[in-house]
Amino acid sequence: MSAADLLGAVTLAAVVFYALLGGADFGGGIWDLFASGPRAKEQRALIERAIGPIWEANHVWLILAVVVLFTGFPRAFAAVSIALFVPLVALLVGIVLRGAAFTFRLYDGRDPVQRAWGAVFSMSSVLAPLALGTAVGALASGRLRFESGVPAGGFMAWLAPFPIAIGLFATALFAYVAATYLAVEAHGALRDDFRRRGIIAGVAVFAAAALALALAHGHAPLIFAALTGRGWALPFHAATGVAAIVAFYALSTRRVRLARAAAVAQTALIIAGWGASQYPYLVVPDLTLANASAPARTQELLLWALGAGALLLFPCLYLLFRIFKGDRPFAIVDGAPRRGAR
Amino acid sequence: MTPRERLAAITFVAALRERRYSRAVSDLLWARWMMGTSLAFHIVFAAIGVAMPLFMVLAEWRWRRSGSDVHLELAKRWAKGTAILFAVGAVSGTVISFELGLLWPRFMEFAGPIIGMPFSLEGFAFFTEAIFLGIYLYGWDRVSPRVHLASGVVVAVSGAASAFFVTLANAWMNHPAGFALVNGVAADVDPIAAMFPPGWAHEVVHVVISCYVATGFAVAGIHAWALRREPGNAFHRAALGVALGVGGVAALLQPLSGDFSARQLAVTQPVKLAALEGHFHTERGAPLRIGGLPDVDAAETRWAIEIPAGLSLLAFHDPGAEVKGLLEFPRDRWPLVVPVHLAFQLMVGLGTALAAVSLAFFWLAWRGRTGTPLLGRRFLTVVALASPLGFVALEAGWMVTELGRQPYSVWGVQRTSEAVTPVPGLALPFWIFTAIYVFLGVMVVVLLRRQIAHAPGGGDAPASVVVSGGRT
Ligand code: HDD
Ligand code: HEM
Ligand code: HEM
Repeated sequence: MSAADLLGAVTLAAVVFYALLGGADFGGGIWDLFASGPRAKEQRALIERAIGPIWEANHVWLILAVVVLFTGFPRAFAAVSIALFVPLVALLVGIVLRGAAFTFRLYDGRDPVQRAWGAVFSMSSVLAPLALGTAVGALASGRLRFESGVPAGGFMAWLAPFPIAIGLFATALFAYVAATYLAVEAHGALRDDFRRRGIIAGVAVFAAAALALALAHGHAPLIFAALTGRGWALPFHAATGVAAIVAFYALSTRRVRLARAAAVAQTALIIAGWGASQYPYLVVPDLTLANASAPARTQELLLWALGAGALLLFPCLYLLFRIFKGDRPFAIVDGAPRRGAR
Repeated sequence: MTPRERLAAITFVAALRERRYSRAVSDLLWARWMMGTSLAFHIVFAAIGVAMPLFMVLAEWRWRRSGSDVHLELAKRWAKGTAILFAVGAVSGTVISFELGLLWPRFMEFAGPIIGMPFSLEGFAFFTEAIFLGIYLYGWDRVSPRVHLASGVVVAVSGAASAFFVTLANAWMNHPAGFALVNGVAADVDPIAAMFPPGWAHEVVHVVISCYVATGFAVAGIHAWALRREPGNAFHRAALGVALGVGGVAALLQPLSGDFSARQLAVTQPVKLAALEGHFHTERGAPLRIGGLPDVDAAETRWAIEIPAGLSLLAFHDPGAEVKGLLEFPRDRWPLVVPVHLAFQLMVGLGTALAAVSLAFFWLAWRGRTGTPLLGRRFLTVVALASPLGFVALEAGWMVTELGRQPYSVWGVQRTSEAVTPVPGLALPFWIFTAIYVFLGVMVVVLLRRQIAHAPGGGDAPASVVVSGGRT
């Protein structure tokens, strides 16, 4: 494995973490938008409490991915920034409004103002994953071609059915993982609300995935070929399928911690599968890990820095989750229901 | 085709070319405006993010040491304000990370592998900062007192560390190092050497100190204003003590560190130094010009107060030293002389004023120990009026550095016009983001006013309402 491959794997890992953590925060915003029924207010309060202490840390995964990309694969970063200008600006608008609106709502007690910020918060939580998914879909689609640094297909080449299907897919996926996390943090009837939402979102993920795969056949041939043809493809699909089935089963039988673990596994497998099927391309079909690479010395140093940083980061992250998400933040088996606090 | 038609066709094509050219030029301008606006917006929240955690920690520490309840109240109030400001800092910083590519893809393609190191390390500083800020803000009653205070210290250190790392990247843009240029392509890249280009220490120190100056005076001014109306309020007095204590020390150090920066410029970026001094003709014993308005076409700076040999003395610590003037350099390498000169005068003027206020403060505080009443109404008015000046100086200083680096993005290596994106229509995103910034800025002010409006601590009664950061 070359330094470039390793760095590509690290980038992918950052994207997985971003989807599982930052993505889930967007998912929380989506459930804020769809808060309904007699407990709509409690649903919103739970979402707010769950996201509050952690969203800023979760969000840094995206920045890490960007930084690794421009340090390790500068050509790809430049090309992507040019060809995906429009969806990336949309993503930024979503990120800015989401974060600001969330905080303003938290710190402004007045009712009508809170409602207005709530609307901005939840709508930008839909916009951001939609834009991010579309951008990622465009990378895989093979529609982004370059002639002497300028996109041959123009600046709107990303606007096509396949990328948009991936945008919908990402949105559904984030809502899905968020629902399983929230089900763990909720109790009683509120938990059932989020279990139900998890199942609905799971169905939406499945539908969006089917749509994306169908479109991939004609619109992202390379990905389609890899997903159906390569040797590892079948076991990969099988594992993802098993995770999905376990998640459904656990959601319907109230084993919420198991459901959360399965949804996490499913999401990680989906993203890893996308990365593997796109390997070795960063932007299909012109930019690969190898031809977009920074000088080897930069990549090696970056890997060392990331390794050292990870040693610092993971214990701190554990501490954060331990403090705000209970004694066994990542446990799979449901313990005895806790009484008192919360 | 008749000659007439040919002529018409040629004119037409030429006109088209002209239009394309001018469109490209205006897109470059929009890109520069967009970058500048985003950075100028972000730096306010970034500077607060560097300094405010230190203030909170000092207040909390005072409370733990002395049991003074106003200090606890202060730490909690400041934490709430910081939570709002930090969120805006985080999202505006994210915009910038993307904008580096969206607006300057060629710059990042060239510079990314060379200066990616500080940005990556900054990423980890962001992580620790965000993680421990979450613990600090939401963990008042979830972690032990010791862990809580320690989290605050980690936030304060990581904030300064992010400023440190990102300024290293900027120092490299001012003085590129750590690579060899072969046919316009970087070869022999040495990211470690690039991380510490000549002059890095000067810039980093100056920038980090500026965060404490700007935030310290901004915060002190607000509490001074409140004290004018309610002189005995223990809460505001405690706040003023912490903010002006830190800000004042920083403001006294700032001119010293600025002098180092200027001497560095004299060696590494003489054109920039000449622009910021409004110095056109190379001469020995060059005078220091205070104020004045450079006239670029006439190559002179009018209406300045001139201190003979002052510039030579400051830049080289030698009254006879030769200082290169702008005319020494080709015209197309000059930055925008007028704004750079004016911004520099503004920064130095304000820096001097703030240092004077700080001296007065420390003198009054020292005298206060011997019995005279602390800080009279007149001094409080001065501090209140000085409230925005630190930030004005800080923004002015960045304009000096960034406009003064023009026409280059990477000094002497890559021009801004070579770095810019080919994407057309940049005016639209510029206006979108500007509108968002204005809106966010207004909202932040409204929210903070509501936080400050109901300040406790009237008389010397301990604060009874304890608000925790965020909701529990
Ligand atoms: C609170 C803010 C503040 C104050 C009071 C001062 N400065 Fe400053 N200055 C900055 C905030 C700042 C800054 C915004 O932080 C800059 C921009 C980039 C940098 O290195 O620091 C800066 C840049 C900057 C530069 C340009 C460095 C470069 O382009 O590489 C010089 C020469 C000085 N300063 C000199 C001074 C002097 C002689 C001061 C004397 C009073 C002074 N500054 C006060
Ligand atoms: C090219 C310039 C810059 C980039 C790309 C950038 C990027 C960012 C990003 C992505 C964040 C969000 C981190 C989070 O989510 O927690 C951030 C926050 C921050 N930045 Fe910047 N930044 C730049 C300039 C600066 C400068 C000049 C300073 C300091 C002098 C600075 C200091 C900070 C600090 C302290 C924070 C923490 C958040 C806060 O307290 O508001 N940044 N920046
Ligand atoms: C936070 C304080 C800063 C402010 C207020 C600021 C301001 C500006 C302004 C006004 C411009 C446009 C200049 C022009 O084109 O005329 C600019 C450009 C730019 N700045 Fe900064 N800057 C800051 C810090 C930084 C830092 C720390 C970096 C570090 C990496 C940076 C990187 C850039 C880049 C890449 C450009 C575009 C290329 C260029 O115009 O040279 N800036 N900045």
